Amino acid sequence: MSPDTDGTQTSPLLVLDDITKSFGAVAALRGVHLALHRGAAHALVGENGAGKSTLVKVLAGAHAPDSGRMTLDGQPLVLRGPADARAAGIAVIYQEPTLFPDLSVAENIFMGRQPLRGARRIDSRAMNRATERLFARLGVRIDPTRPARGLSIADQQLVEIAKALSFDARVLVMDEPTAALSGVEVERLFGVARSLCERGAAVLFISHRFDEVFDLCQRITVMRDGAWVSSDPAADLTVDEVVRRMVGRDVSSLYPKQDTTLRDTLLDVRGLSRAGVFSDVSFTVHGGEIVALAGLVGAGRSEVARAIFGVDRYDAGQVRVAGRVLRPGNPRKAIAAGMALVPEDRRQQGLVMELSVERNATLARRRALSRLGLLLGGAERAEARCWTRRLQVKTSRLAAPVATLSGGNQQKVVLAKWLATEPRILIIDEPTRGIDVGTKAEVHRLLSELAGAGLAILMISSELPEVLGMADRVLVMHEGRVVRELPRAEADETSVMFAATGQGAAA
Amino acid sequence: MSRTDTGASERVADHPPSGPGRPRRGLTERLLAVRELSLLIALAALILVTTMRNDRFLSAQSIKDLLLGCAILVILAVGQTLVIVTRNVDLSIGSILGLVAFATGELFLAAPGTPWPVALLVGVALGGLCGVVNGGLIAVAKVPALVITLGTLYAFRGIDYYWAAGRQINAADMPRSFLRLGNQTVLGVPVLFLVALVVVAAAGFYLRSYRSGRELYAIGSEPAAARLSGIPVGRRVFAVFAANGALAGLAGVLYAARFGTLDAAAGAGLELQVVAAAVVGGVAIFGGSGSVYGAALGAVLLTTIGSSLAVLRIDPFWQQAVVGALILAAIGLDRLLALRTAARLRGGSAHGA
Repeated sequence: MSPDTDGTQTSPLLVLDDITKSFGAVAALRGVHLALHRGAAHALVGENGAGKSTLVKVLAGAHAPDSGRMTLDGQPLVLRGPADARAAGIAVIYQEPTLFPDLSVAENIFMGRQPLRGARRIDSRAMNRATERLFARLGVRIDPTRPARGLSIADQQLVEIAKALSFDARVLVMDEPTAALSGVEVERLFGVARSLCERGAAVLFISHRFDEVFDLCQRITVMRDGAWVSSDPAADLTVDEVVRRMVGRDVSSLYPKQDTTLRDTLLDVRGLSRAGVFSDVSFTVHGGEIVALAGLVGAGRSEVARAIFGVDRYDAGQVRVAGRVLRPGNPRKAIAAGMALVPEDRRQQGLVMELSVERNATLARRRALSRLGLLLGGAERAEARCWTRRLQVKTSRLAAPVATLSGGNQQKVVLAKWLATEPRILIIDEPTRGIDVGTKAEVHRLLSELAGAGLAILMISSELPEVLGMADRVLVMHEGRVVRELPRAEADETSVMFAATGQGAAA
Repeated sequence: MSRTDTGASERVADHPPSGPGRPRRGLTERLLAVRELSLLIALAALILVTTMRNDRFLSAQSIKDLLLGCAILVILAVGQTLVIVTRNVDLSIGSILGLVAFATGELFLAAPGTPWPVALLVGVALGGLCGVVNGGLIAVAKVPALVITLGTLYAFRGIDYYWAAGRQINAADMPRSFLRLGNQTVLGVPVLFLVALVVVAAAGFYLRSYRSGRELYAIGSEPAAARLSGIPVGRRVFAVFAANGALAGLAGVLYAARFGTLDAAAGAGLELQVVAAAVVGGVAIFGGSGSVYGAALGAVLLTTIGSSLAVLRIDPFWQQAVVGALILAAIGLDRLLALRTAARLRGGSAHGA
């Protein structure tokens, strides 16, 4: 099977031929082929660790390939650094936003390419105006002069998109750009990508969301374990077929929530309010139950979770754990009461990236593991080994820094860290964001098992299939309020999306 | 990156360019956010209080002394700001200053007829060379600048001691025209201070208006992102250390001109004063934000405190304590502003969705 032998008549714009790249003994890319055509969107799918992000870094000029050839417009392309890639018209939107928190949004977009006036000085007025035009095209309102610090993840991603747009790129590479975006924003992003295609640009789109892949892309390339598997027109493929090629096996049920018997109410939230963020949020979660908090990005779901756990304060309302009132604004009390929070942003809030797997896994258990205030390495290691085995964390050794693990395995370490505290209530924010299909199913099975063992689980998720598959009950939030509560039988895509967009369903 | 941003100020680095549609904030908050303004207010209050106790504090002579006294610290603070903004620090500048000052004296001893502009250029070049050594070691060894410059602090000082071998160079050994440079005034303003003003203005203009200047802020704000956006991080950091060395060299020549008497201990311990001036002036020690104007005002404020406490006949012990309190207050103010701005930005970020 040759990489691209379908009916496309035009010669491809960008070709990667037999690219390999190794880090030490690990082969990240093994003979990868890719051909991007003008005016077409091309999807790259594969499990985490399949080498997609490495391929993106090669395209961005951040990694030099060990062997293989790249051509752009028929000319050999050699990228000695990110600056070369930019000069060649390749724009990259990374999975993790790469912004300068201290600089203004406009400067973030135009860094190194600021519009100039006389004597090569920066023309900041022109720069701010250009930024406003870019945001207008994206249909968002962000002040160009505000600092990037404090932007939500979705807004940071939008700034990245605006940055890529500002290049007037010939090749736009998007590495899971939609993970943090809500439906409306995804649509706008796709609108922009399509208009770039119409102007003759080539788009490479990486995503774990198959509906988006099939919505946007004409061709799909599958990678597995650093190797190229196939490239086919999207029309010839089905989701099942793509998944089968990605994992190299059949994935029968992605969302295996088992029915369990409900136990006592463990978490009882009454009239929780915080001015301007959320108001009058009330619900209960029973032991053995998974309750999903659905809604668009910015609806206040994560904020509610943070308030319940005591990271943020709230103005009014009460949180009860197993009938006893929990003191507000005190995460330590929440942990003592048996609550655990797995945050949305793994890298910043869930893990200390430089520390080892075992340190991270036992971070929340330091007190219990220490004797006379000293942490004993042996106890730490034993505990970490126990949990990483139960969660099947794939790591070469427990002393390896967490930063070296793949996204899915990082998430497992975060889970291990909190499960080690033996919680009764688990609040988990976007449990499978940026995690590949195989690991996703493992995380889902794990959550299901935990619920079966009597845990009360509050799950925040922006992925509808996950919400519908996993949750016993679905709470839908819209603009800071719980607008709808749906039992499993009544929850489907339409009812949840209707409520989440605040349309009609507020009955 | 998982660094906590304690003390890193929330405002946009340097001056945020003004534009339409920015969110409203309280007037006091906006004024406080301009660090230079609060420094000016503190400076005015200090001068006012001191003058009320002793009206000679505001005499022409006393002002001249003050401006003369702060000029060298201002120049060093500007150079240090360039470095700190990139999330680095240079501890070797006191030693560079001492080495260059002594070298200037030696130059006049060896060639008494040397015109002072030549001495100035030689001093700046020697300082720049020391900076190149710093920058080169940092680039090659990939060790934090703190450690490298701690090493060169002792190395440069050691060279200085070896060279001086206990000797002292006196004003009589240097030409009159050169010494006049250190004390001459133009319309009552010392030449030294004018030089410092030019340095501040040039560095401020560069950081604000040039791409490479903005890139220094980007490097300090998020080094990984800077690399990904194609900024030549290594080259910029190297250049910044070279520039800081050259400025320390300039300060060394001016030091020789002002004090006339030189031994191997000149400028010892100055580096911490300079870092203090920058921090008081609102330059975030974690990089990415702060301006040379703030750092320069910080240097002026620290110098003024020194002389005003002397005028007020306060124990020199208190001077140290006051400087310490000022640093802590500056960091506290940054933190407070950061929290308030964070609250405001959170309220305003709920757009469209």
